[in-house]
Amino acid sequence: MIDFVAPTIDWAAVSPVLVVLAAGVLGVLLEALVPARARRSVQLVLTLGALAGALVAVALLWGRVQEAALSVVGGSYLLTPFGLGVQAVVVVCALLGVLVVADRPGGQDAFAPTAAAVPGSTYEEQARRAGLEQTEVYPLVLFATGGMMLFPATDDLVMLFIALEVLSLPLYVLCATARRRRLLSQEAAAKYFLLGSFASALLIFGVALLYGFAGSVRLGAIAEALAGQGASPLAGMDVLALAGVLLVVAGLLFKVGAAPFHAWTPDVYTGAPTPVTGFMAACTKAAAVGALVRFLFTLAEGMDAGTRHGVEVVLWTVALLTMVVGTVVGVVQTDIKRVLAYSSIAHAGFVLVALVGFSETGAAAVLFYLLAYGLATVGAFAVVTVVRERLTTPVPDAEHGAASAASDTLLGEATHLAQWAGVGRKAPWLTAAFALFLLSMAGIPLTAGFIAKFGAFSAAVDAGAWPLAVAGVVASAVAVFFYVRVIVLMVLTPPADELVPDGGAPDGGAPEAAGTDAGPDAGAAAHAVGGGAPTGTLTAAPAATRTVVTVVTTPGPAALVVALCAAGVLLLGLLPASVLDLAGQAAKFVP
Amino acid sequence: MPITNYLVLAGILFAIGATTVMLRRNAIVVFMGVELMLNATNLAFVTFARIHGDLTGQVLAFFVMVVAAAEVVVGLAIIVTIFRTRRSASVDDVNLLKG
Repeated sequence: MIDFVAPTIDWAAVSPVLVVLAAGVLGVLLEALVPARARRSVQLVLTLGALAGALVAVALLWGRVQEAALSVVGGSYLLTPFGLGVQAVVVVCALLGVLVVADRPGGQDAFAPTAAAVPGSTYEEQARRAGLEQTEVYPLVLFATGGMMLFPATDDLVMLFIALEVLSLPLYVLCATARRRRLLSQEAAAKYFLLGSFASALLIFGVALLYGFAGSVRLGAIAEALAGQGASPLAGMDVLALAGVLLVVAGLLFKVGAAPFHAWTPDVYTGAPTPVTGFMAACTKAAAVGALVRFLFTLAEGMDAGTRHGVEVVLWTVALLTMVVGTVVGVVQTDIKRVLAYSSIAHAGFVLVALVGFSETGAAAVLFYLLAYGLATVGAFAVVTVVRERLTTPVPDAEHGAASAASDTLLGEATHLAQWAGVGRKAPWLTAAFALFLLSMAGIPLTAGFIAKFGAFSAAVDAGAWPLAVAGVVASAVAVFFYVRVIVLMVLTPPADELVPDGGAPDGGAPEAAGTDAGPDAGAAAHAVGGGAPTGTLTAAPAATRTVVTVVTTPGPAALVVALCAAGVLLLGLLPASVLDLAGQAAKFVP
Repeated sequence: MPITNYLVLAGILFAIGATTVMLRRNAIVVFMGVELMLNATNLAFVTFARIHGDLTGQVLAFFVMVVAAAEVVVGLAIIVTIFRTRRSASVDDVNLLKG
């Protein structure tokens, strides 16, 4: 009989992922054990602690991984400096994202009391009155983060697939949990789920083809088979390999949100609870781009000139298309979350520009870009969470009863652009921070975005892809228009609600709610966001009731996040040297 | 019978699944299309495992099954929630977000 040989596992190398996933499991247990009142604070401490711990683990591993890539469980988990760099970006953005998730402007968080209740039902109303909270969002965020950290740290296509699912499934659920506009939220979840599972089916079929071609699911072995080495009986069938590579790339590009796989992005970003949108926009993109870099850079080593050229042509096309779609369609959007969604599509295009050429400078530029983009995005969505609609009733009337004895009720987010007019006068500091994020996304000098874009485009020029870099610069110039439009609106235009006395909106930036207290949840159902449709059936409120746009300026975690992100964006813009050095170290031996 | 026939069958099933996802309107049917794609993948994995004479492909098929099960749990939950609200599982009715 053969003795059992225990595998040697380098626990230190897996520690960042392990801490996050273990905390997620623990969080699910705590849901069952901790009394409801204490649950939120316990979960919050656990989540923040785990993410901080993961960040520390990443920092401790940084020096070690520079010497040689750490291979665990026979290479299934392969931690390269680049993978660790992406993990660092993901953890930093997730930490900020969780703080926004924990924010409770007006005493309510952004999540439904019970996401399973039918919107507008008595059960939901009871849950809301009882003050229930869906604290499961914290473990879900942790699981998603764990998947994202695993995503760029594996050379094994099966692990890639598993990581993809581990990061996607919690996000599908999180998308469906918004407190307000619940139908939109559920719809976003359904769209994300159907398209996401379609994309992962494409990816796994690509993996099957690559496995058939090379007889292995390790990227290194596949690269060798592509180079004509290896003993696979199907090694000559390049069609198989090309189809496999394209399918896997399609699956990854879907997660990146690049055209033509971007269709889900605007809808899902709009429908999902805003804190989740911020988290998802920053972290998913970082993880998916990281995985794409690992996949393409490793396989490019084995490709002959013809195949490599073919893959580069695909990348060029996708990058161009993504930049064009993101900027051109973004210009005509009227909803702030959709504007940010199209901006995120455009950014996917800019990141892909840096990838072309498969060079070390490209990989370093990608890392810096992901960090700069992530900070600005989490910050911008945090600002969106505090710009709210408020229902004010000058004289509390009998019709409302005791429920609205307080003369005003805080409603959902004011996401229509017209409602953002004059926000600058209500909250100057917040507006300044938001303007900073937008300018960074536009790539204005002295912000992180400028350095990031400069790095990305110069990497493309180094790789001989100067037309792509020129296209990127032009697209950035067009994008400046729609970022500056928002800033001008916030600072220079007088607020619309000072002029309009009634709940009926002047411009389709309709208040989402009827006058009743249950309005925010039930009324939102029938209201199309940014559709320009006046909510005729819903404005049954007394004429005295009006909806105004307010900015919740009470200090909370979201305000902290805005401050931190603004500081980060400025710091990366003014003193980028140290972070650029780190990014350079991380890209030392790509992938 | 040559073993490539199985691969052709896997390809056909995958194509049928992908077509279903893109053409059908009912969320449940769309989802069945995705499942068909995943199972076509399983067939391809197992066939390739036979060609290469190693077990990796068979193990992978199990992984895909587990993931497909997890996807069913999450996906059906979302679809059922929508159905309970709107009494319809058509993806055409789900169009508050125009995009």
